Amino acid sequence: MWLKFEPRAEPSRLMTYLSPLLAVGLMFLSGLLLFYVLGKDPIEGFRVFFLYPMKDAYSIAELFLKATPLMLCAVGLSVGFKANVWNIGAEGQLLIGALAGGWVALRFEHSTSPFLLPAMILAGAVGGMLWAAIPAFLRTRFNANEILTSLMLVYVAELVVSWLVHGPWKDPDGFNFPQTKVFSAAATLPLMLAGTRVNIALLFALGALVAGWLFMNRSFLGYQMKVAGQAENAGRYAGFSARRSVWFGMLAGGAMAGIAGISEVAGPVGQITEKISPGYGFAAMIVAFVGRLSPIGILFSSLLMAILYVGGEQAQQYLSLPSSISKVFQGMLLFFLLGSDVFINFRPRFVRRRK
Amino acid sequence: MGLDFLSSILFATVVAGTPLIIVAVGELVTEKAGVLNLGAEGIMSVGAVAAFAVAHHTHNPLLGILAGMAAGMAMSLLFGISALTLMANQVASGLALSIFGVGFSAFVGKPYESVALASVPLVPIPLLHKIPVLGPALFHQQGLVYFSWALLGAVAWFLYRSKAGLILRAVGESPVSAHSIGYGVVRIRYQAVLFGGAMAGIGGAFMSVFYTPMWVEGMVAGRGWIALSLVVFATWRPLRVMIGAYLFGGCMIMQMFVQGSGARVTIPAQFLSALPYVATILVLVLISRNRGTIRLNSPASLGQTFLPDA
Amino acid sequence: MPNQTAETPRLAIKGIRKVYPSVVANDGIDLTVMPGEIHAVLGENGAGKSTLMKVIYGVIRPDEGEIIWEGQAVTVPNPAQARALGIGMVFQHFSLFETLTVVQNVALALPGDFDLPALAKRIEEVSERYGLPVDPRRLVHALSVGERQRVEIIRCLLQNPRLLILDEPTSVLTPQAVRKLFETLRKLASEGVSILYISHKLDEIQELCHRATVLRGGRVTGTCNPAQETPKTMARMMIGEDLPACSHGEPGAEGELRLELRGLDHPTDDPFGTQLRNICLQVRSGEIVGIAGVSGNGQQELLRAISGEEVVRDHQTVRMCGQDVGHLNPARRRALGMCFVPEERLGRGAVPRLTLTENALLTAHRKGMLSGGLIRFKVAQRFAEDCIARFDVKCGGAASEAKSLSGGNLQKFIVGREIMQDPKLLVLAQPTWGVDVGAASFIRHSLLELRNSGTAILVISEELEELFEICDRMVVIAKGTLSPSTATSETDVEEIGMWMSGMWPGAAEQDGAPHVA
Repeated sequence: MWLKFEPRAEPSRLMTYLSPLLAVGLMFLSGLLLFYVLGKDPIEGFRVFFLYPMKDAYSIAELFLKATPLMLCAVGLSVGFKANVWNIGAEGQLLIGALAGGWVALRFEHSTSPFLLPAMILAGAVGGMLWAAIPAFLRTRFNANEILTSLMLVYVAELVVSWLVHGPWKDPDGFNFPQTKVFSAAATLPLMLAGTRVNIALLFALGALVAGWLFMNRSFLGYQMKVAGQAENAGRYAGFSARRSVWFGMLAGGAMAGIAGISEVAGPVGQITEKISPGYGFAAMIVAFVGRLSPIGILFSSLLMAILYVGGEQAQQYLSLPSSISKVFQGMLLFFLLGSDVFINFRPRFVRRRK
Repeated sequence: MGLDFLSSILFATVVAGTPLIIVAVGELVTEKAGVLNLGAEGIMSVGAVAAFAVAHHTHNPLLGILAGMAAGMAMSLLFGISALTLMANQVASGLALSIFGVGFSAFVGKPYESVALASVPLVPIPLLHKIPVLGPALFHQQGLVYFSWALLGAVAWFLYRSKAGLILRAVGESPVSAHSIGYGVVRIRYQAVLFGGAMAGIGGAFMSVFYTPMWVEGMVAGRGWIALSLVVFATWRPLRVMIGAYLFGGCMIMQMFVQGSGARVTIPAQFLSALPYVATILVLVLISRNRGTIRLNSPASLGQTFLPDA
Repeated sequence: MPNQTAETPRLAIKGIRKVYPSVVANDGIDLTVMPGEIHAVLGENGAGKSTLMKVIYGVIRPDEGEIIWEGQAVTVPNPAQARALGIGMVFQHFSLFETLTVVQNVALALPGDFDLPALAKRIEEVSERYGLPVDPRRLVHALSVGERQRVEIIRCLLQNPRLLILDEPTSVLTPQAVRKLFETLRKLASEGVSILYISHKLDEIQELCHRATVLRGGRVTGTCNPAQETPKTMARMMIGEDLPACSHGEPGAEGELRLELRGLDHPTDDPFGTQLRNICLQVRSGEIVGIAGVSGNGQQELLRAISGEEVVRDHQTVRMCGQDVGHLNPARRRALGMCFVPEERLGRGAVPRLTLTENALLTAHRKGMLSGGLIRFKVAQRFAEDCIARFDVKCGGAASEAKSLSGGNLQKFIVGREIMQDPKLLVLAQPTWGVDVGAASFIRHSLLELRNSGTAILVISEELEELFEICDRMVVIAKGTLSPSTATSETDVEEIGMWMSGMWPGAAEQDGAPHVA
């Protein structure tokens, strides 16, 4: 017997929605297996990793806190991904956004103006967009592959952060730790719910999801991006500007990542350090894919991804496993999703192998 | 600046360029078959940790290399299943491999983070290593340096002189045509992907067992991505990979160069560390400007999924 | 005529069936070919000819049926096995590799040693013997389409085939080159090689073939001796009814100038492309102008320069409706009244995975489908539904994906979408390529109607019959230059055929000379 994939006449709508669930199911199964291989009780491991993160109200609030930057980045990236603009440097854009917004906070550290926070957020968005504009420019002007350039800029951004917190921006009273001063109260995002760490950045993220939905489904520019992604030649034939798609795709990703960055430093982190983001920019790519590049999907997949992050911390605490286990799960999830997607366009069939 | 210093700069450049050569040549073969595997960074990471672990437990660096190679092939097999058998998008599959590989290596490498490995002795080439300046730099080197040269020659011969290489290029040029005259496109692409994975695994092994030698999370530090850029820089021609790799090797040891030159400028270390990444971007821009060159040299089906219609 | 009485057939196939998810491509097909016989397989686009040939050549595995080769039942699991049996195939869309040389291309299909110099010598011998001139050392992308076909044929002949399959071999040749090909094929047949000749061109089959098997909708509808039939009787077997006639009508009075190319020069940045040189052309309202030519002579480049998919350096060399447009993108040229039907339907003229409503939006969004940057889906849907009704597009409604339509129906939708924008100038590339006879005739009829209502129409096609049927004037493109124009009524296939190889009056002087105003 031999497994064969036969093309379907039309892609299966059912499988489009089932495939992410199948991927999650496969990830759960591999999780059990992984815990078993590591010599842990699989059921206990599963409970700690996947269920503890939802055990009480505070934990669930933490999930939303972690999901916020993921949602922001993913919705921005999904706009570009729809147009086959492969911005994989959201992590760098997030960092530069945090720096730009953080600069405003540090520059006006004694300000109590109500405009300080909006100015920081605006600066964050602009910072992320500037960083994303580099690969956009290199792609449209010199045809340089944006995958490689945007990724290289992640490393550069990390080094810029490292230089600033070790050098010019280091807190003079910070016992030589590589970090800036803690932001003033006026430069910190207000909390949404007392007793939790969830701040109003969650509202930005939800707003971004709505805006993203309107853009992709109702606007002509969103339609043009979709055409550019699915059939480049059709876009050229209709006279849609390919450059505009690249610019818009990159800048949308950059702006959202920048806002995510400033929201982190003006939120749970509270200052600029070398560890602003535990890889949110990369995880957001997975969130975008698992969410089918649709804002509604992204809402759920960002929460799932947040579970993986919190689960990693739980696993470290209760199972004494390295927290990087969450990255293992992230990678598996994306692989399983890509694999499950075969069922959208193909029908599996067992055939006898002919000689 | 003394001759000894020049020699040591050259030595360090060659060492720093070697993993890039090995990984880039592997990726070049993969891409010549029409497959874009963006997972090199992840494969290198897993190769590095597997090699380190085996070298640590067996005290045998050669077994370490073999382990790195095997791990690299296993990783690229994952990519093959996703992108070739299940016909998923190659870009997304490669990204998945990179994310998974970097995470997985950090996870399994945790216990080895504080472990030291004895450094592997250099291998002098009789007579040649006595040449002044060049001898100590080029011919009293890590064994894998010689391997990288042999690999370049072998791959260049394979691609341009052998029938199997011609078939591989034909598959990358037009999988539909290759299929219609009877070649197993998916099978040949699997072989190319596995070769690329093996080389990326060896490249990772070189990093952890020979170069540093130690294991730290994130130690591959973008070399997989730089190797991918090198393939573009080399416009898919093996010998140009070497030039590019040593250029980047030079960039990477710039810090050592600046210290040794006795210059009294104070450049933040981060700026020097950023050099290879900035150089990668510059190089991509320079090469990509000319669309004609890219079109002529890049495999025409690169990155496209092939679906046999049988 | 070969002796067909006592001999064992070279190839006999019985009850071949192949089912795809959306269509039964072959349904119980029987076919017998004798040694030395030139056997035509005749049928419309989509009748299942190509599928059947791929089954015989081992590219596709049939679901049912047997293949009997020289009296022995065989299975042909792959092309290598087919070649080992003695079957060679020349593909319609060539299976050559552009960046490799001729000899490397041939080596890829041959088993055994890898000795390129020796192989080059054998190529030269075969090309000498059968009148198929080609230089083994050249890169394939530098060859003309005719030369590429010769490479394919030589590649087959080097394996001493006993059965040679040719899939629509004349669609890429000038009428003169077709005659040369027929000489080669007759010589092969006289040496005992059997030939399966796939075509939808009735006159060629009458001229060349000993027997014909006719397919329709995946089934055999008859076998005949073409010499004893008329094109009309064969057409009836092929499409099940009489060939639809198309009345051409008289062109109106000389209308206003809608498209003018004035000494258009356009270098290409594609190393495999053709450079356009000093192209002059006028298309007026109320006329259909046809551009004939063998593919790969600059048609693609010319179309992109006219449509705006590529802008030209000297923007005064392309004028539309009285304006210089060489620097404008397609959207802005469309705003002036240009519409365009490209050769590739899926992926250029339409987005495969979008619905017909969304595909209407692609070019017809100016018809009130937008307001304030947002899409008015209701308007787009109404437009798509109108188009489906007016142009008789068979589909599951405006919500079906473009990919789910057959070639002919999708082409009707695209042509309809462009016509419904009331173009002042309509440009079409291969308007009926790969389309069934009914749809083709419908499209041609629509074009004539549109001409009569005053639109200027430019058609680029490789099908000479089609151009002669609908065009008022014709020009020929060869090696990136354009011939003078001639009224269709004052020329014939023979003359246009000569021109297609670049030999029109004054062509020699023009070559390389500075532009004449």
